[in-house]
Amino acid sequence: MVENRPFLNILTHAVLILGVLVVAFPVYVAFIASTHEPGAFVRGVLPLTPGDNLWDTYSQMLGSGWQVAGAPPLWLMLSNSTIMALTIAIGKIAISILSAFAIVYFRFRFRLLAFWIIFITLMLPVEVRIIPTYAVVANLGMLNSYAGLTLPLIASATATFLFRQFFMTVPEELMEASRVDGAGPMKFFKDILLPVSITNIAALFVIMFIYGWVQYLWPLLVTTDEDFYTVVLGIKRLMASSDRVPAWNLIMATVMLAMVPPVMVVLLMQKLFVKGLTETEK
Amino acid sequence: MASITLEGIKKTYAGGVQAVKGIDLAIEDGEFVVLVGPSGCGKSTLLRMVAGLETISEGTLKIGDRVVNKLEPAERDIAMVFQNYALYPHMTVYNNLAYGLKNRGFKKPAIEERVRKAAKMLEIEEYLQRKPRNLSGGQRQRVAMGRALVREPAAFLFDEPLSNLDAKLRVQMRVEIKQLQRRLKTTSLYVTHDQLEAMTLGDRLVVLNAGKIEQVGTPMEIFNRPASMFVAGFIGSPAMNMLPVEYLATRSADNLLDDLPAGTDIVGIRPDDMHLSAPSAPHLVVDSTLELFEAAGAESHLYVRLAGSEQPTVIRTGGGEPPVNEGETLRFYIARSALHPFNRESGQRTG
Ligand SMILES: Nc1ncnc2c1ncn2[C@@H]1O[C@H](COP(=O)(O)OP(=O)(O)OP(=O)(O)O)[C@@H](O)[C@H]1O
Ligand SMILES: [Mg+2]
Repeated sequence: MVENRPFLNILTHAVLILGVLVVAFPVYVAFIASTHEPGAFVRGVLPLTPGDNLWDTYSQMLGSGWQVAGAPPLWLMLSNSTIMALTIAIGKIAISILSAFAIVYFRFRFRLLAFWIIFITLMLPVEVRIIPTYAVVANLGMLNSYAGLTLPLIASATATFLFRQFFMTVPEELMEASRVDGAGPMKFFKDILLPVSITNIAALFVIMFIYGWVQYLWPLLVTTDEDFYTVVLGIKRLMASSDRVPAWNLIMATVMLAMVPPVMVVLLMQKLFVKGLTETEK
Repeated sequence: MASITLEGIKKTYAGGVQAVKGIDLAIEDGEFVVLVGPSGCGKSTLLRMVAGLETISEGTLKIGDRVVNKLEPAERDIAMVFQNYALYPHMTVYNNLAYGLKNRGFKKPAIEERVRKAAKMLEIEEYLQRKPRNLSGGQRQRVAMGRALVREPAAFLFDEPLSNLDAKLRVQMRVEIKQLQRRLKTTSLYVTHDQLEAMTLGDRLVVLNAGKIEQVGTPMEIFNRPASMFVAGFIGSPAMNMLPVEYLATRSADNLLDDLPAGTDIVGIRPDDMHLSAPSAPHLVVDSTLELFEAAGAESHLYVRLAGSEQPTVIRTGGGEPPVNEGETLRFYIARSALHPFNRESGQRTG
């Protein structure tokens, strides 16, 4: 639409800016809260300018944590979350791209059946099968381990399905040309299919990283050892210290820090991500 | 370089579709053979079986002296040019050309040399560092050709490589492919449904219909002596007119048609063999009504309905003005020697 009407321009911009404010304001308030001393937030009037406690709050959280509330140092939880999110994202992509490759490019017996079995698991996310999955993980002795945290979340079909749909749009002649050019199946996968899928991989990586990052229920079940707490669990624990006034400055500092890695991933992958969502390679 | 020999080649797809129903064909070393036929007649299937992209259900395929039925495409020493080019989108033109050589373990300098040579031959040197998406259709086509050339294979296989180009470019590339093949003398098998492309490119044509060979021969042999009504109708444009013998018999003064071979009940006449002035050789005289006059520059097409049978018929003449107005009666002459005798039932030529 190419229209040049000043009034419309102003209106659309106003709406956009309003939208940004609505989204950004709570984040801003959280940041402000994390820079004041503990009581400042419960006194009734919200301060809107940064306080002078920024350094103290953040160094305390990153360093020793807030022991009273039973939360380990924040750096530990952040690294746990990062390990978990990365493992889930990479594991999911690796497994699903390979299985999609098998389903689309190889004619084996029961191929369709294999696809449908994978497809059906779409209907069974971890939340639905949480009790049996917990039992399995517990029996395998994987409670309080990274394997226990990540493996059950890796096993799901969404990404396989998406890669399959994408591979079906890749012209078959590309595979045939590479066969004539002397490339075996895995060479074709590595040299042609992976590079052609790179934007899709990036987009899925972002989505899966955030999916892993925000997991709450599953980590809550399988971790009892503080060494394996994730940051989302940590926030909950900080808030739940029931017998005292919540230390909003510490909680908000945790929240702020917990946002950094996903934001970084989105920013770093932004270009590929947007391309992957909107464009198909011709 | 090598000959290609097909013996009793058949293809049955899963689900029972018989796409190719027994093909015997010997392609000599250095020959340019064109497979031509209507859509769905099995041309691509046959070519892909030669390439090794499709399994051969029955029969023997030899490239050179080797039976290659069970070999992977890469082991058959062939190169293929695809209709949609199938260039690797993420690689530069240079890497597109080099990929096959790399996979075959060529050393860097050797690759470089071959790619330069092919690029020069096809005049794509200046695009070597570009990605395919930044090339025009014609340039992509050249790159696809280049990818086949660099390998210096025993045979080239083309599947309608020009059908995505506009008419002008198509003619130009057609000429270039022909010249290139003359120069390299590489055995080539070329699939097209464009009969003009087929006529001009091939040393020999193979006309396919419904998975079977209708006729094999040089373009002129096929044009001058089509072996069946199908070939007669398929090669040549406008298509050959088919007139029943009993109708023509009523139109000829003398017994000109008495010596037609036994079994002839229909004759084919090319639109250019119908003349508006009487030839000196023995001839038939037919009256008709001119329905439409179509001027196409150097030639004109006259669409007429025959008197007494109303059969639509096409006449081709040199360019110029219509001989009579549309709706008026037009008399034309057919030399006896221009008749192609066929049997309607079997569809075959009778002599
Ligand atoms: N994978 C397949 N499975 C089943 N039938 C097929 C398959 N591929 C092709 N066919 C059938 O085989 C026949 C020949 O197909 P083919 O692609 O060889 O035709 P073609 O002569 O190349 O036609 P066109 O000029 O349209 O490319 C067609 O009837 C087609 O429907
Ligand atoms: Mg075809």
